[in-house]
Amino acid sequence: MSESFQPEVIAFCCRHCAYAAADLAGGSRQAYPTAIKIVELPCTGRIDVVTLLHAFEQGADGVLVAGCLKGKCHYLKGNLYAQQRLDYLGRVLTEIGLEPERARMINISAAMATQFAQLATQHVETVRALGPSPLARVKEGEGV
Amino acid sequence: MIVAERKTLEAIAGMVAGSRKVLAVGCGTCVTVCFSGGRQEVAALAASLRMKRGIEGKPLAVDEAMVQRQCEWEYVDTLAEQVKNYDAVISLGCGVGVQTLAERFPALRVLPALNTLFMGLPSEQGVWEERCQACGNCILDKTGGICPVSRCAKQLFNGPCGGSQNGRCEVDASIPCAWHKIWERAEAMGTVEALMEIEPPKDWSTSRDGGLRRMVRQDLRSPSEEEGKE
Repeated sequence: MSESFQPEVIAFCCRHCAYAAADLAGGSRQAYPTAIKIVELPCTGRIDVVTLLHAFEQGADGVLVAGCLKGKCHYLKGNLYAQQRLDYLGRVLTEIGLEPERARMINISAAMATQFAQLATQHVETVRALGPSPLARVKEGEGV
Repeated sequence: MIVAERKTLEAIAGMVAGSRKVLAVGCGTCVTVCFSGGRQEVAALAASLRMKRGIEGKPLAVDEAMVQRQCEWEYVDTLAEQVKNYDAVISLGCGVGVQTLAERFPALRVLPALNTLFMGLPSEQGVWEERCQACGNCILDKTGGICPVSRCAKQLFNGPCGGSQNGRCEVDASIPCAWHKIWERAEAMGTVEALMEIEPPKDWSTSRDGGLRRMVRQDLRSPSEEEGKE
């Protein structure tokens, strides 16, 4: 089943680093999985648990939050807040009955295109191994 | 503010196990500013419940609503029509909010999503601390504005006790000794002499005694029809 399963992973990327890194990865022809669907954020500090929960509720199999390197946030602490919210999200996902590993945060710079491609691929593989989100099944089957 | 924290998802899901359609109602006052029952928390709880039940194969419709203050009739009345469409209402208000909804809508199952903890303040970002226990007989004038009722584990009125160590309470080293702080403040303000007087036992009859407490302001009450007659 995991062979044919094509996960959908929403990547929330900070415009100052990860979004540019993803762009650079594309521009320099470094492939990362088509499973990754990018949403640009002004800073990962913009992310909140509700937004991430809605991504899962609407059928995402995984979520990636990609922010600046620690100590390099354009707004000083946005990426640190994001990490704390991801930690909290992990506990919420467990309560709901989803694997917390479906959500992950990474820290990269705008120049780290290779690392973006590698880490994005790694997370997609993690999600692929976990299998489809049961919510995606619910959404398809029952129109939740 | 009144400080509350959310119950576990499992506990809340257990209350609505037999329901198919519920309304989650937040409150825009105290529990919004302590991040337990505001719009965001209502959205998070609603999404979590929908997903949990979806995964379990027993879909639950959870709609979301907000009122500015769940503790006043005028505000909860705005929900009167809406609540008729649901098996139950999950209140993300404090205990007062839950009871206001239950009293106003007698036919409705009203369920608490929060545990109401205390009256307090955000002592730092993300941390809330108790400051008042509503004892009904304030003595903050005598203690330099630091309350030994809510902040001293023994509720002492002549302190500190022997368990105060390096300004910390023996009950929990993370708790500053209220009486240590009272003395520090009195020293800074030059009012130590006043603390040397023995404070007699407090009259607790205004506190948790004698059941429901009530405050009446006759001048604010609505005059009766009878009184309006010539």
